[in-house]
Amino acid sequence: MSVAQQIPPQQELQRGSTRRNGRWTGFLHVLDVRMKELRREPEVVFWVFGFPILLALGLGIAFRNKPADVASVVIVSGSGSQEAVALIQGSGGRNSIHADVLDEPSALRGFRLGKYALVVQPNGRGRYEYRYDPARPESVLARALVDESLQSAAGRRDPLATTAVTSSEPGSRYIDFLIPGLLGMNLMNAAMWGIGFAIVDMRQRKLLKRFVATPMRRSDFLLALLSSRLLLMLIEVALLLGFGVFAFHMRILGSLWSILLIGSIGAISFGGLGLLTASRAQKIESASGLMNLVMMPMWIFSGVFFSGERFPAAVQPLIKALPLTALNDALRATILEGSSLASQSPRILVMGAWAVITFALALRWFRWT
Amino acid sequence: MPAVIECRDLRKTYDGKVEAVRGLNLEIPGGECFGLLGPNGAGKTTTIEILEGLLEPSSGEVTILGQTWKSHARELREQIGISLQETRLSEKLTVRETVKLFASFYSEPRPTNEVLAALQLEEKADSWVGKLSGGQKQRLAVATALVGSPKLLFLDEPTTGLDPQSRRQLWEIIRDFQRSGGTVLLTTHYMDEAERLCDRLAIVDHGQIIAEGSPADLIERLGGHHMVEFSLAGGSHGTSDRWKSLPGVDSVYNDDGLICLAVREPHRTIPALLDAVDKQSAQLEHLTTRQASLEDVFVRLTGRHLREE
Repeated sequence: MSVAQQIPPQQELQRGSTRRNGRWTGFLHVLDVRMKELRREPEVVFWVFGFPILLALGLGIAFRNKPADVASVVIVSGSGSQEAVALIQGSGGRNSIHADVLDEPSALRGFRLGKYALVVQPNGRGRYEYRYDPARPESVLARALVDESLQSAAGRRDPLATTAVTSSEPGSRYIDFLIPGLLGMNLMNAAMWGIGFAIVDMRQRKLLKRFVATPMRRSDFLLALLSSRLLLMLIEVALLLGFGVFAFHMRILGSLWSILLIGSIGAISFGGLGLLTASRAQKIESASGLMNLVMMPMWIFSGVFFSGERFPAAVQPLIKALPLTALNDALRATILEGSSLASQSPRILVMGAWAVITFALALRWFRWT
Repeated sequence: MPAVIECRDLRKTYDGKVEAVRGLNLEIPGGECFGLLGPNGAGKTTTIEILEGLLEPSSGEVTILGQTWKSHARELREQIGISLQETRLSEKLTVRETVKLFASFYSEPRPTNEVLAALQLEEKADSWVGKLSGGQKQRLAVATALVGSPKLLFLDEPTTGLDPQSRRQLWEIIRDFQRSGGTVLLTTHYMDEAERLCDRLAIVDHGQIIAEGSPADLIERLGGHHMVEFSLAGGSHGTSDRWKSLPGVDSVYNDDGLICLAVREPHRTIPALLDAVDKQSAQLEHLTTRQASLEDVFVRLTGRHLREE
């Protein structure tokens, strides 16, 4: 009796375990496995997530906006030197001028060595001689500052009434320019390596061949690789923008959805480029050379660290046609200026064209074995 | 029973120059374990990859389970299991994850646990592939081939580089698959593997089949089940014909100074051989007798060994 009762559940268990796979089971498994493999490679985690943040941190600190340096000037001792010091101390510019009083040889030596930006030589009777170097910006600045201070302290009346407002707001600093550029570059690097390298590696290990020896849908496999890039893209965007906001008080004016959409289209177009670059290469070495060749012009021309506008007008159409230029420009416009998605459609179109063309060519040339 | 694998006049030329396969015919019935035996570079891998639908033949016809790769690729992929000669599976996935991944490609896969148990990989189920021994890796490769519950299994050099115990384990797994009704095509350059595992085999050399039959048949065709090997001091062996005329000798070949006689009845041949050596006042340097093997068949047919170092 008890035996008879035990049999049915067991049969049911067996029937339940030989399940049928659904249409997307293979896709989901490839995607899952890709994400697991990435998580288990510490160096991948570093290059994808840690490196861009370190780069942003380093460059952000190096190029941070700091108050203009105090101008170091030297006043040659003698008649009128005390008067000069008193005038500077009594002027509005006293906080931005540091003045020493020295005898002439020491003063000239200090100027020559770059310790002082300006030598002021009073000759009594209210006459001053400035010795400065027009090739040194701080020297030019010091001359203007000291002259302004002396003249105004001595009672000069300005014919025009002027006021000044200082501006070093988030949005116009170098770090604000840098973060979207780094984000674009990182999306390119990660998509090119993440897809191109993975494919050549699997081809070299004969794993691609092993996969196509199963009923796996080839398009699903490539789609899963691309989807893994899109998932990582979400994390990259969140991480870099989050870092900019918290560490540098960056302001994000555009909508997050627009940024993510632009990032996705960028990631897809670079995924296509990575796929194309890796479509036939048999060895990692040849593939990585090819990938650097493809990415190099974009590192230089596409406005990652400085604006691509600095290049001659004749090459601007070419630069604008690069996918990274389109991505960086669209990201900057959205993040820094809050531009609408519609206003970025030409750039989105450029990226879309790259995606369609590279995918079409890659699928034609792709070698599984 | 209709043939599970059939190919006619299979040819494959690489880059219009290298002829890897030169007119090969096979007909393998269901339930059989068939071996392609031959030295490295004989065209075994090219042949098996054409049959697996991974390579396009230059000419010739292939029918697998009554269908062709051109018309029924996906259906065929569902019904066959493949282990390639060298696949490096992802090292940072566990054994279970790897089997599950392959299972996800089939419409009705076997349960992962069942496959792991059948291949004695349960203990290693949660280890990373990179941590497995050579034998375990090879069993995993076969597990990925069996997870789709195939009717036909292709194994390209399944035990190359494995230790004896791992090889026996794999042989057992292959036999189990065959016992459950499966058909196997394997390539090997180990004659002991071919002898123990295969119901029938084809000896392949330079892209062609030079002999085909059951291992016992092939050895029988050599003319005897026993080998008498000897060499003479000073190396004066004379012609093979002299030894061929000894009683009970079916064939003779000279293996680099060692005279090998295929004989039916060693007890008649050996005394006659000793007499003949005496008459020549020559001196025996070495004399052994042993069972004939497929290696002897191969050396007899080609004048070379299966594994030339």
